[in-house]
Amino acid sequence: MSTATTTTTTPSGPAGREQQASTRHTKRHLLSSADLNREQVRAILDTASEMHGVQQREVKKLPTLRGRTVVNLFFEDSTRTRSSFEIAGKWLSADVINISGKGSSTSKGESLRDTVLTVAAMGVDALVIRHHASGAAQQVSQWVDAHIINAGDGMHEHPTQALLDAYTMERRLGDLEGRHVVIVGDLTHSRVVRSNLITLKTLGARVTLVAPPTLMPSGITSWAQADGFTLSNDFDAVLPTADSVMMLRVQRERMSGGFFPTAREYTVGYGLTRARLDALTAANPDAVICHPGPMNRGLEIAADAADGAQSLILDQVSAGVAVRMSVLYHLLAGGEGEDS
Amino acid sequence: MRPDFAAPSAVEPVVPATPSGEASLDNSRVVMTEADVARVLRRIAHEILEHNKGASDLVVLGIPTRGVALAHRLAALIEEVEGVPVAVGALDVTMHRDDLRRQPTRSPMHTDIPPSGIDDKVVVLVDDVLYSGRTVRAALDALSDLGRPRIVRLAVLVDRGHRELPIRADHVGKNLPTSSSEKVRVRLSEPDHVEDQVTIAGGETR
Repeated sequence: MSTATTTTTTPSGPAGREQQASTRHTKRHLLSSADLNREQVRAILDTASEMHGVQQREVKKLPTLRGRTVVNLFFEDSTRTRSSFEIAGKWLSADVINISGKGSSTSKGESLRDTVLTVAAMGVDALVIRHHASGAAQQVSQWVDAHIINAGDGMHEHPTQALLDAYTMERRLGDLEGRHVVIVGDLTHSRVVRSNLITLKTLGARVTLVAPPTLMPSGITSWAQADGFTLSNDFDAVLPTADSVMMLRVQRERMSGGFFPTAREYTVGYGLTRARLDALTAANPDAVICHPGPMNRGLEIAADAADGAQSLILDQVSAGVAVRMSVLYHLLAGGEGEDS
Repeated sequence: MRPDFAAPSAVEPVVPATPSGEASLDNSRVVMTEADVARVLRRIAHEILEHNKGASDLVVLGIPTRGVALAHRLAALIEEVEGVPVAVGALDVTMHRDDLRRQPTRSPMHTDIPPSGIDDKVVVLVDDVLYSGRTVRAALDALSDLGRPRIVRLAVLVDRGHRELPIRADHVGKNLPTSSSEKVRVRLSEPDHVEDQVTIAGGETR
């Protein structure tokens, strides 16, 4: 075994790149942001940065996952997540197949288990799964041998979104340790917020969640105490101390659920309006604005905020490919058999 | 293929792997000291210049980790001789390796291509130890994704033999015949914060 200052070369492959070996990532699946410790998050973000460099090249393809097959199994609509996983896989030379719940046998009544077993039986190496049921990815990982990547399960988690949010913020803000991230919106139904809380905590950021009381999940107070984040119903009070403001999408389907009276009222209390954008800029000109998309312009975010210089929203999309390349690389490229 | 590509081995006599340096506690012996490393790098810098007839179009790319440190030293030496700046950078080959599946995942290191690019340039790849040749093969693949150099040359501090691919270095600091059970260890002041040193350890007991 090589030590930190040793260059050891063996015929089967010079293993002298020891810094690389020390950041190895040996997880089989990415089901939850909690699967990743700080070192592993670091490795994924650093690799993503290199992948971002590849993205700028004329020839974007790397041969790394040649001969591997990645299946995107999406039971919910998605544009950016599915397409960025597809591009990520293709740029790493994996064969990528998309199966959507709607066009598949699922619409004929096939169960999730049968669909997954059928796909896995074709010999796929990784399944990227999005499903409306919380815990679906976890469940699937117990049924098949393939690597499972959770691309959103119900109201539970969306770990690659949290990774790309962290990546995007880091590129603009530097190290997130001690930085104040304010997440605003529907905390009850958002899987993005849960994964972000975990990843941001892993990276040492300070998080405040802002939402109307009706969109705060029950029991969140004890969760906040246990995990060390702050809760607030007053966006304007929190705004001036923010290094990053992350606006969550108001899910249209929740509007009829009685969570808030009207869209207008939501905007007044919790939207990133022009006035709030000015307040944020005045307090901290370097503060950034994120949104996982898709946006409801004029509802949770004003066009000025979405398109301004502080907005990282398009950077998030472009980071999505780099981060997903990194995740696929870390899960799939290495040899099997090491502990996970 | 030009016959004079094999010239370096004639310049530097082959050193048999007999106990020559001082033995240390972990059964390793020093085969190159700091002064030796400095001398061979100076020679390689001159060889590169002689071959290229000057420093024009040269791009020196190191393979991480120690190849990058060596590349920067070579570029500085060439600059010292010719008085013109030389493009220098790093080329990570992790994503192009053929042994990724044989070991745990490693994070790729930084690739840093000089702004002038590599198209139609004379690229000198630099690594510390040339062994199986697989790293260099990966580097050639990585290069072809980045552009089309006019010429690619290979400079290594140590060639220890046991090639598994038809790859040969153009500039060799020292030829070190080794047994494959031995380990060649290169330490350089930049990444390792110790005095430059090349040691051989392991192998059959003497």
